Amino acid sequence: MTFSFEVPLLILLILTAAGAILVKDLVPAVFILGSYSFFLALVWACLGAVDVAFVEAVVGAGLATVFFLLTLFRTAQKDTRLYPSSYRGAALIGLPLLGFLILYAANDLPKFGDPASPASVHVSPVYLENSLHDTRTPNVVTSVLMDYRALDTLIETVVIFTAGIACALLLGRSRE
Amino acid sequence: MLELIEAWLHRPNFIAFVILFLWGFYIMVTHHNFVKKLIGMYIVQTSVIFFLVAISAKTGATVPILLSGTVPVHAETYANPLPHVLTLTAIVVQVATLGVSLALVAAIYRKYGSLDEDEILKRLE
Repeated sequence: MTFSFEVPLLILLILTAAGAILVKDLVPAVFILGSYSFFLALVWACLGAVDVAFVEAVVGAGLATVFFLLTLFRTAQKDTRLYPSSYRGAALIGLPLLGFLILYAANDLPKFGDPASPASVHVSPVYLENSLHDTRTPNVVTSVLMDYRALDTLIETVVIFTAGIACALLLGRSRE
Repeated sequence: MLELIEAWLHRPNFIAFVILFLWGFYIMVTHHNFVKKLIGMYIVQTSVIFFLVAISAKTGATVPILLSGTVPVHAETYANPLPHVLTLTAIVVQVATLGVSLALVAAIYRKYGSLDEDEILKRLE
Protein backbone atom coordinates (compact mmCIF):
# COMPACT_ATOMS: atom_id res chain seq x y z
CA MET A 1 0.00 0.00 0.00
CA THR A 2 1.08 3.56 -0.58
CA PHE A 3 -0.01 4.52 2.92
CA SER A 4 2.46 2.32 4.82
CA PHE A 5 4.70 5.24 5.80
CA GLU A 6 1.92 7.68 6.16
CA VAL A 7 -0.56 6.06 8.53
CA PRO A 8 1.82 5.98 11.58
CA LEU A 9 2.61 9.63 10.90
CA LEU A 10 -1.10 10.45 10.75
CA ILE A 11 -1.67 8.67 14.06
CA LEU A 12 1.22 10.62 15.62
CA LEU A 13 -0.31 13.80 14.19
CA ILE A 14 -3.66 13.18 15.85
CA LEU A 15 -1.99 12.15 19.13
CA THR A 16 0.12 15.32 19.28
CA ALA A 17 -2.89 17.48 18.38
CA ALA A 18 -4.80 15.87 21.26
CA GLY A 19 -1.84 16.18 23.64
CA ALA A 20 -1.40 19.88 22.94
CA ILE A 21 -4.78 20.52 24.56
CA LEU A 22 -5.00 17.86 27.26
CA VAL A 23 -1.87 19.24 28.99
CA LYS A 24 -2.82 21.70 31.75
CA ASP A 25 0.38 23.72 31.67
CA LEU A 26 0.54 25.94 28.60
CA VAL A 27 4.30 25.92 27.88
CA PRO A 28 4.45 22.10 27.35
CA ALA A 29 1.26 22.42 25.29
CA VAL A 30 3.03 24.85 22.96
CA PHE A 31 6.01 22.53 22.62
CA ILE A 32 3.71 19.61 21.78
CA LEU A 33 2.07 21.86 19.18
CA GLY A 34 5.55 22.45 17.71
CA SER A 35 6.05 18.68 17.39
CA TYR A 36 2.60 18.49 15.75
CA SER A 37 3.82 20.98 13.14
CA PHE A 38 6.95 18.92 12.62
CA PHE A 39 4.98 15.70 12.02
CA LEU A 40 2.75 17.64 9.65
CA ALA A 41 5.86 18.71 7.72
CA LEU A 42 6.94 15.04 7.53
CA VAL A 43 3.52 14.00 6.18
CA TRP A 44 3.71 16.71 3.53
CA ALA A 45 7.19 15.60 2.52
CA CYS A 46 5.70 12.08 2.11
CA LEU A 47 2.99 13.52 -0.14
CA GLY A 48 5.57 15.16 -2.39
CA ALA A 49 5.05 18.74 -1.22
CA VAL A 50 8.63 19.51 -0.21
CA ASP A 51 8.31 23.30 -0.42
CA VAL A 52 5.24 23.28 1.81
CA ALA A 53 7.05 20.94 4.22
CA PHE A 54 10.01 23.33 4.45
CA VAL A 55 7.76 26.31 5.09
CA GLU A 56 5.76 24.42 7.72
CA ALA A 57 8.94 23.26 9.49
CA VAL A 58 10.40 26.77 9.54
CA VAL A 59 7.33 28.98 9.95
CA GLY A 60 4.89 26.59 11.65
CA ALA A 61 7.16 24.62 13.96
CA GLY A 62 9.67 27.46 14.46
CA LEU A 63 8.10 30.88 14.24
CA ALA A 64 4.62 30.02 15.56
CA THR A 65 6.15 28.27 18.60
CA VAL A 66 8.32 31.32 19.27
CA PHE A 67 5.26 33.59 19.02
CA PHE A 68 3.33 31.41 21.48
CA LEU A 69 6.26 31.29 23.91
CA LEU A 70 6.82 35.06 23.76
CA THR A 71 3.15 35.60 24.59
CA LEU A 72 3.21 33.06 27.41
CA PHE A 73 6.28 34.61 29.02
CA ARG A 74 4.42 37.93 29.21
CA THR A 75 1.16 36.40 30.46
CA ALA A 76 -0.23 33.59 32.59
CA GLN A 77 1.29 30.19 31.92
CA LYS A 78 -1.41 28.06 33.50
CA ASP A 79 -4.90 27.24 32.38
CA THR A 80 -6.72 28.04 35.62
CA ARG A 81 -10.10 26.72 34.50
CA LEU A 82 -10.60 23.00 34.98
CA TYR A 83 -14.34 22.52 34.54
CA PRO A 84 -15.83 22.58 31.04
CA SER A 85 -17.76 25.34 29.37
CA SER A 86 -21.53 25.53 29.04
CA TYR A 87 -21.22 25.31 25.26
CA ARG A 88 -19.83 21.80 25.59
CA GLY A 89 -23.16 20.02 25.09
CA ALA A 90 -23.97 21.98 21.95
CA ALA A 91 -20.47 21.32 20.61
CA LEU A 92 -20.67 17.59 21.36
CA ILE A 93 -23.96 17.33 19.43
CA GLY A 94 -23.23 19.75 16.59
CA LEU A 95 -19.66 18.89 15.67
CA PRO A 96 -20.14 15.11 15.13
CA LEU A 97 -23.11 16.05 12.92
CA LEU A 98 -20.83 18.35 10.91
CA GLY A 99 -18.20 15.61 10.81
CA PHE A 100 -20.71 13.09 9.50
CA LEU A 101 -21.78 15.53 6.78
CA ILE A 102 -18.14 16.01 5.71
CA LEU A 103 -17.48 12.25 5.76
CA TYR A 104 -20.69 11.58 3.84
CA ALA A 105 -19.18 13.54 0.94
CA ALA A 106 -16.00 11.43 1.00
CA ASN A 107 -17.24 9.13 -1.77
CA ASP A 108 -17.54 12.02 -4.22
CA LEU A 109 -13.95 13.11 -3.77
CA PRO A 110 -11.39 11.89 -6.32
CA LYS A 111 -9.37 8.84 -5.29
CA PHE A 112 -6.21 9.59 -3.34
CA GLY A 113 -3.25 9.95 -5.72
CA ASP A 114 -5.38 9.81 -8.84
CA PRO A 115 -3.44 11.54 -11.70
CA ALA A 116 -6.75 12.25 -13.51
CA SER A 117 -8.39 14.02 -10.58
CA PRO A 118 -10.04 17.35 -11.54
CA ALA A 119 -7.41 19.39 -9.71
CA SER A 120 -4.59 17.84 -11.74
CA VAL A 121 -5.89 17.82 -15.31
CA HIS A 122 -7.05 21.26 -16.35
CA VAL A 123 -4.41 23.94 -15.86
CA SER A 124 -1.72 22.35 -13.72
CA PRO A 125 -0.09 20.34 -16.62
CA VAL A 126 0.31 23.60 -18.55
CA TYR A 127 2.43 25.03 -15.75
CA LEU A 128 4.41 21.82 -15.39
CA GLU A 129 5.17 21.53 -19.11
CA ASN A 130 5.96 25.18 -19.88
CA SER A 131 7.53 26.59 -16.74
CA LEU A 132 11.10 25.54 -17.54
CA HIS A 133 10.90 27.11 -20.99
CA ASP A 134 9.21 30.25 -19.69
CA THR A 135 11.11 30.95 -16.48
CA ARG A 136 14.33 28.84 -16.63
CA THR A 137 13.60 27.57 -13.11
CA PRO A 138 13.48 23.79 -12.51
CA ASN A 139 11.35 24.17 -9.37
CA VAL A 140 7.78 24.64 -10.61
CA VAL A 141 6.51 25.87 -7.24
CA THR A 142 9.11 28.64 -7.23
CA SER A 143 8.36 29.65 -10.81
CA VAL A 144 4.61 29.85 -10.17
CA LEU A 145 5.06 31.68 -6.87
CA MET A 146 7.71 34.16 -7.98
CA ASP A 147 6.99 34.51 -11.69
CA TYR A 148 3.49 33.65 -12.90
CA ARG A 149 1.84 34.75 -9.65
CA ALA A 150 4.37 37.38 -8.54
CA LEU A 151 1.62 39.95 -7.96
CA ASP A 152 -0.12 37.60 -5.49
CA THR A 153 3.15 37.18 -3.62
CA LEU A 154 3.59 40.95 -3.52
CA ILE A 155 0.13 41.38 -1.97
CA GLU A 156 1.00 38.59 0.47
CA THR A 157 3.99 40.60 1.66
CA VAL A 158 1.60 43.55 2.10
CA VAL A 159 -0.53 41.32 4.34
CA ILE A 160 2.52 40.34 6.42
CA PHE A 161 3.60 43.99 6.61
CA THR A 162 0.13 44.95 7.87
CA ALA A 163 0.26 42.16 10.46
CA GLY A 164 3.68 43.39 11.60
CA ILE A 165 2.39 46.97 11.98
CA ALA A 166 -0.65 45.71 13.92
CA CYS A 167 1.61 43.73 16.30
CA ALA A 168 3.91 46.71 16.80
CA LEU A 169 0.96 49.02 17.56
CA LEU A 170 -0.64 46.55 19.98
CA LEU A 171 2.54 45.74 21.87
CA GLY A 172 4.17 49.16 21.73
CA ARG A 173 1.37 51.11 23.40
CA SER A 174 1.82 49.34 26.72
CA ARG A 175 5.42 50.41 27.29
CA GLU A 176 4.43 54.00 27.98
CA MET B 1 -23.24 2.25 4.16
CA LEU B 2 -20.60 -0.43 3.56
CA GLU B 3 -19.29 1.30 0.47
CA LEU B 4 -19.13 4.58 2.40
CA ILE B 5 -16.91 2.95 5.04
CA GLU B 6 -14.78 1.49 2.25
CA ALA B 7 -14.48 4.97 0.74
CA TRP B 8 -13.24 6.26 4.12
CA LEU B 9 -10.67 3.49 4.47
CA HIS B 10 -9.21 4.39 1.10
CA ARG B 11 -8.72 7.97 2.23
CA PRO B 12 -6.82 8.02 5.57
CA ASN B 13 -5.71 11.58 4.80
CA PHE B 14 -9.31 12.71 4.59
CA ILE B 15 -10.21 11.02 7.89
CA ALA B 16 -7.20 12.66 9.58
CA PHE B 17 -8.30 16.01 8.14
CA VAL B 18 -11.84 15.60 9.50
CA ILE B 19 -10.60 14.55 12.95
CA LEU B 20 -8.13 17.44 13.20
CA PHE B 21 -10.67 19.97 11.88
CA LEU B 22 -13.40 18.93 14.34
CA TRP B 23 -10.94 18.68 17.24
CA GLY B 24 -9.64 22.19 16.62
CA PHE B 25 -13.18 23.50 16.26
CA TYR B 26 -14.24 21.78 19.50
CA ILE B 27 -11.31 23.39 21.33
CA MET B 28 -12.20 26.83 19.97
CA VAL B 29 -15.81 26.46 21.15
CA THR B 30 -15.36 24.88 24.57
CA HIS B 31 -12.12 26.13 26.11
CA HIS B 32 -12.06 29.32 28.16
CA ASN B 33 -8.37 30.03 27.93
CA PHE B 34 -7.46 32.32 25.03
CA VAL B 35 -4.12 30.64 24.31
CA LYS B 36 -5.87 27.27 24.07
CA LYS B 37 -8.45 28.78 21.73
CA LEU B 38 -5.57 29.95 19.53
CA ILE B 39 -4.00 26.47 19.61
CA GLY B 40 -7.37 25.19 18.36
CA MET B 41 -7.41 27.83 15.62
CA TYR B 42 -3.92 26.77 14.55
CA ILE B 43 -5.02 23.12 14.33
CA VAL B 44 -8.07 24.07 12.19
CA GLN B 45 -5.92 26.14 9.83
CA THR B 46 -3.26 23.47 9.38
CA SER B 47 -5.91 20.77 8.85
CA VAL B 48 -7.46 22.70 5.94
CA ILE B 49 -4.00 23.17 4.40
CA PHE B 50 -3.40 19.45 4.89
CA PHE B 51 -6.59 18.69 2.93
CA LEU B 52 -5.42 20.88 0.02
CA VAL B 53 -1.95 19.30 -0.04
CA ALA B 54 -3.45 15.78 0.02
CA ILE B 55 -5.41 16.62 -3.15
CA SER B 56 -2.18 17.52 -4.97
CA ALA B 57 -0.60 14.05 -4.54
CA LYS B 58 -0.39 11.66 -7.50
CA THR B 59 0.48 7.98 -7.23
CA GLY B 60 4.01 7.29 -8.45
CA ALA B 61 4.76 10.96 -8.92
CA THR B 62 7.81 12.78 -7.60
CA VAL B 63 8.24 16.29 -6.18
CA PRO B 64 7.46 19.11 -8.63
CA ILE B 65 11.10 19.90 -9.45
CA LEU B 66 11.88 19.17 -13.08
CA LEU B 67 14.72 16.73 -13.59
CA SER B 68 16.06 17.72 -16.99
CA GLY B 69 15.34 20.47 -19.48
CA THR B 70 15.91 18.44 -22.62
CA VAL B 71 13.16 15.80 -22.56
CA PRO B 72 9.52 16.91 -22.85
CA VAL B 73 7.91 17.04 -19.41
CA HIS B 74 5.21 14.49 -18.60
CA ALA B 75 2.79 16.08 -16.16
CA GLU B 76 1.75 12.72 -14.63
CA THR B 77 5.25 12.13 -13.21
CA TYR B 78 5.25 15.27 -11.04
CA ALA B 79 2.92 16.21 -8.18
CA ASN B 80 0.45 19.00 -8.86
CA PRO B 81 2.33 22.23 -7.94
CA LEU B 82 -0.64 24.62 -7.78
CA PRO B 83 -2.05 23.54 -4.37
CA HIS B 84 1.51 23.79 -3.03
CA VAL B 85 1.75 27.41 -4.13
CA LEU B 86 -1.66 28.24 -2.66
CA THR B 87 -0.80 26.62 0.66
CA LEU B 88 2.61 28.32 0.87
CA THR B 89 0.78 31.64 0.83
CA ALA B 90 -1.83 30.32 3.26
CA ILE B 91 0.77 29.11 5.80
CA VAL B 92 2.49 32.49 5.89
CA VAL B 93 -0.81 34.35 6.23
CA GLN B 94 -1.88 31.88 8.93
CA VAL B 95 1.21 32.66 11.02
CA ALA B 96 0.65 36.40 10.44
CA THR B 97 -2.92 36.15 11.81
CA LEU B 98 -1.61 34.04 14.68
CA GLY B 99 0.94 36.73 15.53
CA VAL B 100 -1.69 39.48 15.51
CA SER B 101 -4.10 37.46 17.67
CA LEU B 102 -1.33 36.62 20.15
CA ALA B 103 -0.45 40.32 20.36
CA LEU B 104 -4.14 41.01 21.07
CA VAL B 105 -4.09 38.35 23.80
CA ALA B 106 -1.02 39.96 25.37
CA ALA B 107 -2.73 43.38 25.27
CA ILE B 108 -5.88 41.92 26.89
CA TYR B 109 -3.79 40.31 29.62
CA ARG B 110 -2.08 43.61 30.34
CA LYS B 111 -5.39 45.37 30.78
CA TYR B 112 -7.45 42.72 32.59
CA GLY B 113 -4.80 40.50 34.18
CA SER B 114 -6.35 37.26 32.99
CA LEU B 115 -6.50 34.98 29.98
CA ASP B 116 -9.83 33.46 31.03
CA GLU B 117 -12.82 34.45 28.90
CA ASP B 118 -15.39 34.46 31.73
CA GLU B 119 -13.22 36.46 34.14
CA ILE B 120 -12.64 39.12 31.50
CA LEU B 121 -16.38 39.30 30.77
CA LYS B 122 -17.01 39.68 34.52
CA ARG B 123 -14.53 42.52 34.75
CA LEU B 124 -16.07 44.22 31.73
CA GLU B 125 -19.46 44.50 33.44
